[in-house]
This record gives sequence, structure tokens and C-alpha cells, in this order.
Amino acid sequence: MHSFGYRLNGLLTFSVTILAIMCAMASLSDNLNTASPSAEIQVTNINRFQKQPQGNDEVSLTMNISADLQTLFTWNTKQLFVFVAAEYKTPENSLNQVSLWDAIIPAKEHAKFWIQTSNKYRFIDQGNNLRGKEFNLTLHWHVMPKTGKMFADKIVLTGYSFPEEYR
Amino acid sequence: MTSFRSLRFHMDWQGQKLAEQIMQMMLLVSAVIAFVAGYVLGSFQMMMIVYAGGVTLTALITVPNWPFFNHHPLNWLDPSEAEKHPKPQVTVSSKKKGTKK
Repeated sequence: MHSFGYRLNGLLTFSVTILAIMCAMASLSDNLNTASPSAEIQVTNINRFQKQPQGNDEVSLTMNISADLQTLFTWNTKQLFVFVAAEYKTPENSLNQVSLWDAIIPAKEHAKFWIQTSNKYRFIDQGNNLRGKEFNLTLHWHVMPKTGKMFADKIVLTGYSFPEEYR
Repeated sequence: MTSFRSLRFHMDWQGQKLAEQIMQMMLLVSAVIAFVAGYVLGSFQMMMIVYAGGVTLTALITVPNWPFFNHHPLNWLDPSEAEKHPKPQVTVSSKKKGTKK
């Protein structure tokens, strides 16, 4: 290669191309990871369960969320985005999903946690269907990589229900 | 950059080929070592650091005009010698049409 600038340019372009290939391989290596996450959610209290003036039901509840998501972390993981959603069925909508709480877990050490919290976001129904309604709480997670493909999955926990009457 | 004097600081043809081969080989080897180091240690940052070190080392070795890239220099004809042997004159022939193949 003919001159200083020519060789420098060749080195820079080739090294960046190889870097792109290395990042793709790092992302592919995420598929080798077998994860075994676990989670439990308890609804300790329904704080408020009222019908709003507009006619929609609103719920405020306190939950204990405990989870062990450490096996989801790989060397190529930047952070884990976790959220809890309530899912239920009404005559108007075959599936309602309401996000109640979320968090960003930046490192593996923080991925095994227990938290007691009221719902971070308001739980308002489209309508007034919640009395006596059974619902699931699902814990979703997004494994956000440093490079490459993002993986998302969830755990569905069943058996929760609202009270029969407003309180 | 292409003046006659600076030809002293360029590589010769063999040197250029050697520089290109060394550069490609060293970059690939750096990448492999960096990836293996990062994967085994479980650290993406370590992979980037090792690779950056490899690229810098490759740059230091292959980009500047080191003397060992100039072991087969071309001996250009000295201008005073060239004057003693004038170029042959080309006689203009009077063909009106080009040769057809």
C-alpha cells in the first residue's frame, strides 16, 4: 500500500469492519445462554377501588414483588427492563393489559430483588367491569444488549381477583 | 507527497505487500484474541480494550515507513545517466487507415 495516508485509511476501515463482525458474534453468543428466571407477586392490599365520575373503575393496590432474574444477564447485557402488567378480559375488550410498575436493572447483582410498592401507574379500566373480576399479573422483561438483538419474555401469574364491592 | 526526494521515505513494492499482509493478519489475530478474552472473562469492556490495543499496535507497526519495509529498494536511473542515452526517435509512418483485426 502506497503511502502513509493510504495505509492508515485501510487500517481504519478494516478494523471497523472487523469490529462490526465481533459485535455480531457477541450478539449471536446470547443465544447460547439458558436462563431460568423466577418471580412471585403478592397483592397485599387493595387500597382504593372506586368508580370515577367519568364512569371508569380505578384501583390502587400494594404488591410485594420478588424475582430472581440473574440468569438472564450475559456478558453482552447492558440492562434489564422489567415491568408488571395486569391482564384481564372484559365484554368490551378481549384482552386488557395495564402496566402497574416498571424498573431498570442495570447489573446482575441487582437482579435478585424484593420490593413492596403501590402501583406506579394508575390502574383505570375502560368501563366499570372490575368488580369481582379475575386477573393475571405478568412480569415482563426485556434483556437489552450492548450490541445486537434484544430478547423479551414474561412470566404469567394467575389467581388474582378484585373485590365484589367498591371500597 | 509524491516528490522525488520523498521517495526515500516510501516503502518499496515488497515492503508494501508485506505491510498489507502484516496489517490484515494482525487485525484478525487481535480480533480473535479480544473476542475470546471478552467471552471467557464475561466482560464486553475487556474485549473492546484488548481490540483497541491490538489496532494501535498494528498501526504502529504497519503504517509508518519503517526501514525494514525498504529492503528491496528500486534503483531508479540517475538523470545524468539517462541523458547519455537519448530516447529513440519514432518515425511517423504515413498509413492513412488503422490496421483492422
